[in-house]
Amino acid sequence: MNLDLARWQFAMTSIYHFLFVPVTMGLAFLVALLETAWYRNGDETYRRLARFFGALLLINVAIGVVTGLIQEFEFGMNWSAYSRLVGNVFGGPLAMEGLVAFFLESTFLGIWIFGWNRLSKKAHLVTIWLVAAGTILSAAFIMAANSWMQHPVGYTMKNGEPQLTNIWALFTNPTFVWAYPHVLLAALVTGSIIMLGVAAWQMHRQRAVEVFRRAAVISLAVLLPSIVLAIFVGSELGVVEEKYQPMKIAAAEALWNSCPSHCPFSAIQIGGGNNDETPTQIINIPWLLSILATNSPNGPVQGLNQLNAQYQKEYGPGNYVPNVFIQYWSMRVMAYLATLIMLFALWGGWLIYRKKLGHAKWFLRIAPWVVILPFLMNTAGWLLTENGRQPWIVQGLMKTANGVSPSVSATDIWISILVFLAIFVALGVADAWMMLRYGRRPLGQDPLAKITSPEDAGSPASGTEFADDDESALVY
Amino acid sequence: MTLGDFWFIVVAVLWVGFFILEGFDLGVGMLHSFLGRTDMERRVLINTIGPVWDGNEVWLIVAGAAIFAAFPGWYATMFSALYLAVVLLLIALMVRGLTFEYQRKFDDPRWRTFWRWGMTVASAVIPFLIGLALGDLLHGLPINSQHEYTGGFWNLFTPFGVWMGLTMVVLSLLMGATYLTLKTTGELHARAQRAATGIAAVAVVVSFGFFTWVHVGLSTGFVPEPLEALALMAVIAAAWLTSAKADGWAFVAAAVGIGGTVGSIFTELFPRVMISTTNTAYNLTVGNTASPPYTLKVMTVIAVVMVPVVVIYQAWAYHIFRARLTAPKVGTDDGAGVVAETT
Repeated sequence: MNLDLARWQFAMTSIYHFLFVPVTMGLAFLVALLETAWYRNGDETYRRLARFFGALLLINVAIGVVTGLIQEFEFGMNWSAYSRLVGNVFGGPLAMEGLVAFFLESTFLGIWIFGWNRLSKKAHLVTIWLVAAGTILSAAFIMAANSWMQHPVGYTMKNGEPQLTNIWALFTNPTFVWAYPHVLLAALVTGSIIMLGVAAWQMHRQRAVEVFRRAAVISLAVLLPSIVLAIFVGSELGVVEEKYQPMKIAAAEALWNSCPSHCPFSAIQIGGGNNDETPTQIINIPWLLSILATNSPNGPVQGLNQLNAQYQKEYGPGNYVPNVFIQYWSMRVMAYLATLIMLFALWGGWLIYRKKLGHAKWFLRIAPWVVILPFLMNTAGWLLTENGRQPWIVQGLMKTANGVSPSVSATDIWISILVFLAIFVALGVADAWMMLRYGRRPLGQDPLAKITSPEDAGSPASGTEFADDDESALVY
Repeated sequence: MTLGDFWFIVVAVLWVGFFILEGFDLGVGMLHSFLGRTDMERRVLINTIGPVWDGNEVWLIVAGAAIFAAFPGWYATMFSALYLAVVLLLIALMVRGLTFEYQRKFDDPRWRTFWRWGMTVASAVIPFLIGLALGDLLHGLPINSQHEYTGGFWNLFTPFGVWMGLTMVVLSLLMGATYLTLKTTGELHARAQRAATGIAAVAVVVSFGFFTWVHVGLSTGFVPEPLEALALMAVIAAAWLTSAKADGWAFVAAAVGIGGTVGSIFTELFPRVMISTTNTAYNLTVGNTASPPYTLKVMTVIAVVMVPVVVIYQAWAYHIFRARLTAPKVGTDDGAGVVAETT
């Protein structure tokens, strides 16, 4: 009971946290690009864009930071046995994240917000790049810690406890080497789709079309390579997982019995799950599973039954098969949405190439809706990787069931789940509402230009915003 | 000195650093509702900490993460024991963290009032709960031979823990008020000075009670620890300096007072990290909770390199935003919506 509750609580808080993390990472990088454009060619348009999208960044940073606080403490709250056993390995990257990355990100974000008129153009540009660097570094440490749970390395067992022996091994861990760029690319995809969606909405309404067209071009220039690379890196990550976590891959295909070579990939299936070993698989794509899992059409893929028998021999009796339904569908949701996003990005690239982006009615109309996709894609990706690790909390080393806090009651966890859920719903509504409001407002006036266009007059959020941000007493 | 002892000091320094930096942030958060009479004034008060609060709060995260990495057993017992208190703390941290960015995003008086009081209450709850947690470490909690907490939520409210919580609230108020005397002008400055003088008198009483309790009830030594004496004298000095209107020195004295108070918990604890009221044999100590030497060595390298760098760039942030803030002159007593006309 406590195990399930603790897992629900952790899944809820982590999934929620990661709705905002990629937005922050992606937009920080894109805003830094916009400000760099302003710095290099002095065109005020880019400064206006940097501030416009900077506001969207800040709305998400706030939630990303406060939900991250939960993550920092809940290992000790809900998973004290886990923390006690592996803290000397797992806690290291977390503490480093705070010292190296989070201080950097938070301190310079404050300077960036308040520093528009206090710093030189160059110093101010440096602060946003340091913020972006902070988010990227932060992800590195978190992914090193997470990858260690997927494939533990750099330790020896002493008196039945893992002890860290090589910190570098955490950062050369094959799982980390592929999972980290995968997360970075997913963040760039998320951030650029948001920027593209907002720019498209504005262009569709003929608002500052020339300005937002530039934002759309920049976001597509980031989006297109990012999504292509994310798919490639993700498929290589699958090969690494087949090697170290074969159960994860077998469950993602609902492959109950080993397949010697040229294994097909099913596009969809009816039925399936842990009690149904013979689902009806529809549209089998020949060879694809072998290629995805081993990089070769001849590669064998191990089945759930064989792996389970092997694990029982190795680790003792028990069921080592993760939830197959979640694995199968999270893998497909992630991959299919990534493909859709890629096609959409190619469409956008083609429109730019044909110089038609400004009048592409359907593209501009659809783009704001595409913003929903990366969030579903990211969540599915995390479900795939974390659910696929079960029943282990650290693959092969500790089971999730043994990691929970013995002293925490079910009531305590229920209270935390309900309280966090209520807050998350309220924050989610507030965030979505503010993103819509700020994404739809007319582009702010540049205070240096001192021009007010008539269309800005009615909007409470426009016209005054930059003026306020330039006055230290009035930023917040 | 072992690496474990060294990391105990690092953890203590991180908590002290957190309270010195975040202490005034929290104090301003509590005070802004009372010292600011108009929306504009409250806005100015919040903006005195606007650029720096986020960086300050990271000290809390790093203090928690440092315990995790260096003393996994301590981290595991402490956070699972404090479960619901940590949930409350997280709620308060969330409300406070969001207020900065969200309060001004929507022009509605109810919305702003909600965040205003959210900020005020959360800024009091945070130092109280962290003070309670630190006080409980020294007072002791029911902990069994497996280092597992055996009490419930209400057992966390030990009398000493509650007093420590109150002490941290009052000292944070003192820091906030003295900080505002340095960051405001005119009428706000005068009000901050008056508040600081009043709070300082209360702080003397509360601190005197705190240190008497520590020394008589929880300490084994006959002569008070130098740090405790220093902290109490600093609070008394702050009371004198605030009434003498020596703003800068009063702030320094308040910082020494709050830092010394937090530090004294750790000097009294050492070499224990968490006391068991069930049996002293079940105490968590540096020795039985520290990570193996390799982990501590790695963390030492990171800390020795990074902490000075962090201190330097945070100091730079304070340097950039060192100017006092003045409420822009506006005709009415409610600044909301009028700002536009002044620009």
